[in-house]
Amino acid sequence: MIEIKNIEKSFNGNKILKGISTVFETGKTNLIIGQSGSGKTVLLKSLLGIHTPESGQICFDGRVYSELEDDEKRELRTEIGMVFQGSALFDSMTVAENVAFPLKMFTRDNRAAVKERVDFVLERVALKDAHDKLPSEISGGMQKRVAIARAIVNKPKYLFCDEPNSGLDPNTATLIDNLIKEITEEYDITTVINTHDMNSVMEIGDNILFLKNGIKAWQGNKDEIFKTDNEDVVAFVYSSNLFRKVREAYLRE
Amino acid sequence: MLIRYLSQVGRYFLMLREIFIKQTKWSVMKKLIFKEIDDLIIDSLGIVAFISFFVGGVVAIQTALNLTNPLIPKYLIGFATRQSVILEFAPTFISVIMAGKMGSFITSSIGTMRVTEQIDALEVMGVNSLNYLVFPKIIALLMYPFLIGISMFLGVLGGWMAGVYGGFTSSDEFILGAQMEFIPFHIVYAFIKTLIFAMLLATIPSFHGYYMKGGALEVGKASTVSFVWTSVSIILFNYILTQLLLGS
Repeated sequence: MIEIKNIEKSFNGNKILKGISTVFETGKTNLIIGQSGSGKTVLLKSLLGIHTPESGQICFDGRVYSELEDDEKRELRTEIGMVFQGSALFDSMTVAENVAFPLKMFTRDNRAAVKERVDFVLERVALKDAHDKLPSEISGGMQKRVAIARAIVNKPKYLFCDEPNSGLDPNTATLIDNLIKEITEEYDITTVINTHDMNSVMEIGDNILFLKNGIKAWQGNKDEIFKTDNEDVVAFVYSSNLFRKVREAYLRE
Repeated sequence: MLIRYLSQVGRYFLMLREIFIKQTKWSVMKKLIFKEIDDLIIDSLGIVAFISFFVGGVVAIQTALNLTNPLIPKYLIGFATRQSVILEFAPTFISVIMAGKMGSFITSSIGTMRVTEQIDALEVMGVNSLNYLVFPKIIALLMYPFLIGISMFLGVLGGWMAGVYGGFTSSDEFILGAQMEFIPFHIVYAFIKTLIFAMLLATIPSFHGYYMKGGALEVGKASTVSFVWTSVSIILFNYILTQLLLGS
């Protein structure tokens, strides 16, 4: 579980996060949504320790990040898996080497154990035939799956995904969503996803945090988002005719 | 403006400190070092050999053409070639050329990793990205004197071939000049310079790549800026080291 207490973050005097508090529960897919510039990425990067909030606390299962020593912070980071928007795979390494990287860096596993674990996670993301390919030789959807495999190979407690569906076709996007949801439940991970994709919101949103201008404007789950009459949420989520019709149909039922 | 430059210099030294803390596992680092030796040293052998051989030849020809007085002995061609190549051409000018070749490679490869979030990925995993990316380059460039040694040899060889086969001097005269008044400390001086330049070549381009912001266009700009600053630093340190080591 990740608990955020009243965090604030500014850049050049411009306050981006204005006292956000929330809880991201374990075993659930927690989504952060909001318009561009609402503070989603800053919040995610603050959770990852890339940005340091000026005030407030971020607790990882009771461990307050700002109170940890440098070694403890690095230790905590080994419990984190991250799927970046552009996958961020290492260009010079093959798929298998990318996935094996966290194991080689942080475990004492021998070569056979590393290979076994890499084979297992690549099979889990349906990529068992891509071991020796370079990231440039595979499609965007496959790169995302490799990034997910790399993120979970070290059995993380926390999984963060920054726009995991961006640039993917609808079929692949749904496949990635379902994969993240399954992995979250299967391994009991605290998953936090930063997304613009309304399909993801409605498919896998166990807990949805809506940000507007750096404040928490709404929080609920995928069922509650259909019923809410919060004007900001309705204007953002149901901005397209298709989603308005979906909502109307849902409410009629 | 001055404050901006000073703050950049301060940041550079903070980066140097960061490189040496929280070391990457040796089993991983070992492979990275060998890869950097291949990318930075072995891959540069061809161009260094080519440039050194022909510039050595040009130095010999230019010297010969300027020795118009028949009282000046021809063995001075060998002497001048040796001194030029060992003292300045091999350590300094090859380093400036390497600031273009190695430096732009280092800046663009690290800069691309920054742009594509690969450095963020390393940091999020708990890896000291500066140690992972820059430390192997520093260790690989400890081999740089080997490259400069080859440059020295080929420069003098090029001078000998151009002098002898161009009809400017005889082989015996050239070799006599090349051996004349040889001061072993000049070799020590050249290799001290080379090691300092190697450190600059590894770290300044890394600094510009690591701290760059923006996209693909900025990677190109960072490579250019990195080349300029690495060259300026090499020339500046060349002056300081020459004054310290050879000045009275």
